[in-house]
Amino acid sequence: MSEIERHEYDVVVIGAGGAGLRAAIEAHALGAKTAIVCKSLLGKAHTVMAEGGIAAALGNVWPEDNWQVHFRDTMRGGKLLNNWRMAQLHAQEAPDRVLELEEWGALFDRTKDGLILQRDFGGHRYARLAHVGDRTGLEMIRTLQNTAVAKDIDVFMECTLRHLLTDGERVSGAIGYWRQSGKLITFSAKAVVLATGGVGKAWRVTSNSWEYTGDGIAMAIEAGADLIDMEMTQFHPTGMVWPPSVRGLLVTEGVRGDGGTLRNKSGERFMFRYIPEFFRADTADTEKEADAWYEDKRNNRRTPDLLPRDEVARAINSEVKAGRGTEHGGVFLDIATRRPAEYIRRRLPSMYHQFKELADVDITKQQMEIGPTLHYIMGGIRVDPDTEATTVPGLYAAGEVAAGMHGANRLGGNSLSDLLVFGRRAGEAAAAYSKRAGAPKIDEAQLAAFGQGLEAPFQKGGDENPYAIHSELQDTMQELVGIIRRRDELEEALVRLERLRARAARARVTGSRVYNPGWHLALDLDNLIGVSEAVTRSALVREESRGGHTREDFPKTDAEWGTKNVVIRKRDGHLVLATEPIAKVPAELRALLGDDKPTGEAATGTKTPVAAGDD
Amino acid sequence: MTDVQVWVWRGDASGGDFMPYKVAADEGMVVLDVVHRIQAENAPDLAVRWNCKAGKCGSCSAEINGHPKLMCMTRMNEFPAGEHITISPVKTFPVVKDLVTDVSFNYEKAKTIPPFKPKPKDSDGKRRMYQEDIDRVQEFHKCIECFLCQDVCHVIRDHDENKQSFSGPRFFVRLAALEMHPLDTNERIDLIRAKHGLGFCNITKCCTEVCPEDIHITDNAIIPLKERVVSAHYDPIAWALRRMRGKKDEFVPPEPKPPSA
Repeated sequence: MSEIERHEYDVVVIGAGGAGLRAAIEAHALGAKTAIVCKSLLGKAHTVMAEGGIAAALGNVWPEDNWQVHFRDTMRGGKLLNNWRMAQLHAQEAPDRVLELEEWGALFDRTKDGLILQRDFGGHRYARLAHVGDRTGLEMIRTLQNTAVAKDIDVFMECTLRHLLTDGERVSGAIGYWRQSGKLITFSAKAVVLATGGVGKAWRVTSNSWEYTGDGIAMAIEAGADLIDMEMTQFHPTGMVWPPSVRGLLVTEGVRGDGGTLRNKSGERFMFRYIPEFFRADTADTEKEADAWYEDKRNNRRTPDLLPRDEVARAINSEVKAGRGTEHGGVFLDIATRRPAEYIRRRLPSMYHQFKELADVDITKQQMEIGPTLHYIMGGIRVDPDTEATTVPGLYAAGEVAAGMHGANRLGGNSLSDLLVFGRRAGEAAAAYSKRAGAPKIDEAQLAAFGQGLEAPFQKGGDENPYAIHSELQDTMQELVGIIRRRDELEEALVRLERLRARAARARVTGSRVYNPGWHLALDLDNLIGVSEAVTRSALVREESRGGHTREDFPKTDAEWGTKNVVIRKRDGHLVLATEPIAKVPAELRALLGDDKPTGEAATGTKTPVAAGDD
Repeated sequence: MTDVQVWVWRGDASGGDFMPYKVAADEGMVVLDVVHRIQAENAPDLAVRWNCKAGKCGSCSAEINGHPKLMCMTRMNEFPAGEHITISPVKTFPVVKDLVTDVSFNYEKAKTIPPFKPKPKDSDGKRRMYQEDIDRVQEFHKCIECFLCQDVCHVIRDHDENKQSFSGPRFFVRLAALEMHPLDTNERIDLIRAKHGLGFCNITKCCTEVCPEDIHITDNAIIPLKERVVSAHYDPIAWALRRMRGKKDEFVPPEPKPPSA
């Protein structure tokens, strides 16, 4: 192994999106010597792409809103698989976290009274999302970035950490490489916070950027941490479908929040045919009521266009399979006929720009063509709800990489608030741990072995193109572990993943170590394939349909499965799966949720066209 | 499908050259798609930065036929068939490799900006701001830090020696956003003149022209800042008020002379 650059910190935060930045700000404020390490330039993490808003029951638009209603919406949206304590903390603390951003300079859109304006989103009973047009993520990441810079927190940009180091049971640091120079770098750390996001790049059609390769999930399981709910993947209902260059690119739920509606190719507002029993009491069943709800929430129920994302994505999938989709395999999203052009341009400027520039579509005059796109993973690293501690001492996780908060399906807007609430808590707990824990010992043999592994692709003289392997992985997950799943297809996926793993071991890397994306991808493939396997194995175990996991062979939602998490851990180099009971909701919170449980059959779609109204 | 041919600058700090690549064309393709296809099929080590591929993160800045642009927002059908298309790294910053440059200049400048310092909350603990009072600042907050304005700014594009005393349009936008924030109370006017080199800018508006977010950098950020600097430093009443409030005039070095455009 070549020489390695060494650093020593109390707390190392891996990832500089919303969760990582918020964690680092907190750890630093509590006196811990803190580093932020991120794969991209500062300010480019995936949070920057978030569009619609931050869910927080501020009550600025609807005074009836409060944390209890937000808690209820989150739990029901998650099909009651959520960790109740996380959902409670999130609903209670989100307003303070949003107001804190304002103290740091963020400028949200305003109500007429000068307070933070809130917008409607799927699954939220009241207009609840603090936002800045449709570029809320940019405002959030820049505010956090500027705050971190002003506090002079050390940032290691374009630096990929690839393995966690361990000292017995506990975490002791991490090793990786500088993307620019290709040189190895290691951190000794008393505590590590993982804030690395998800694994969307394992799918073909995704709203995620290249960074989403499952690094944190892979590193955590390698270090001995538990994963839960890995089968719970979110397909956002509205991604762009045409032209091919932009397939998967996100179209904010804010389009529907601001009045847009879904239509099939005959112009029918088909969502009225897909209202599940669990949401029937809260959902309008006529177009008249649905349209009136935007203005008057007291006397009308919510439009089915704004059912939780899993429901809408499945409905779109069914419409397309039934032959009622558009030319390019999507459905229509129409705001042009429903809102004035000026309103659309003001509320949705980046959607207007994105369609105009990339698809030659003027959304103030034409319908958008949209379809589901892999957007988020609800599953991830199991954490303690109050401290975000993983099952490995000294290791914390916050944001998309952690699991529990969103259960089987995440509501739109609950991600940005999740990053802030649990980022802060993780930073606080990691700083506290670093104060009571002694300095960790670096296991030089482990460090050397990891270092050699990182350099190995240059020496092996492989014969496989890493880009081709990645592309086949994306096809495999898209076709076999997509929105609708079946036992035989999942088993086939496992066979293919094994083959891809063998090929990835022979990835060919050429050129120097300086900024070499082929090498970076060759190293990322292990994480992508490993995490894909965890998703697929979990999906095989859960024999029911719930939230982001739909089984064609088990289309019913099963009350018994509603009490269990699928847990994955690595023992002796192999994934071991188990089911474990989820924490019981205490009585006083259970009363907020209602007595009913998610039931019924998920729309899995049919390949033979059916008459409208049949399903 | 037809093919597209582009010439991509390949090299590092020691030098390089344009290399021709030919890949299959797709409908709606953008320049970044072409670069990705070249990576996958021809040149796996071709260095390029990108993230969102939707014009929201500002990572994939480059010069396309010499024009500073985002690769993800430049459609291939903008170019007439047969046009010689070149893709090269932004010129103002040192090359690391291929299309990737060392943009640390910007992150160093960011550290020198006095942060947001809000005034006290309203008596009921709330903060009130009116939409019409924040519209302008929200325009500045649209900045995606693509640094194309920095790239095109002739003060630093052709004059490395000015980088020390000039922060560039991106940071004038940032400073303007802070100065015009309705809640902010921090003092920056002296610094804007002395440390960030606002006087270097001779308002040729090149930055405004290349901004992918259509921020009116010159008209809405730079010129109002220049006016604030002028009234603080050269307006005798403002000067007297500052003396009366007990604020000492800091030493302000003489205005640097702008280079010829």
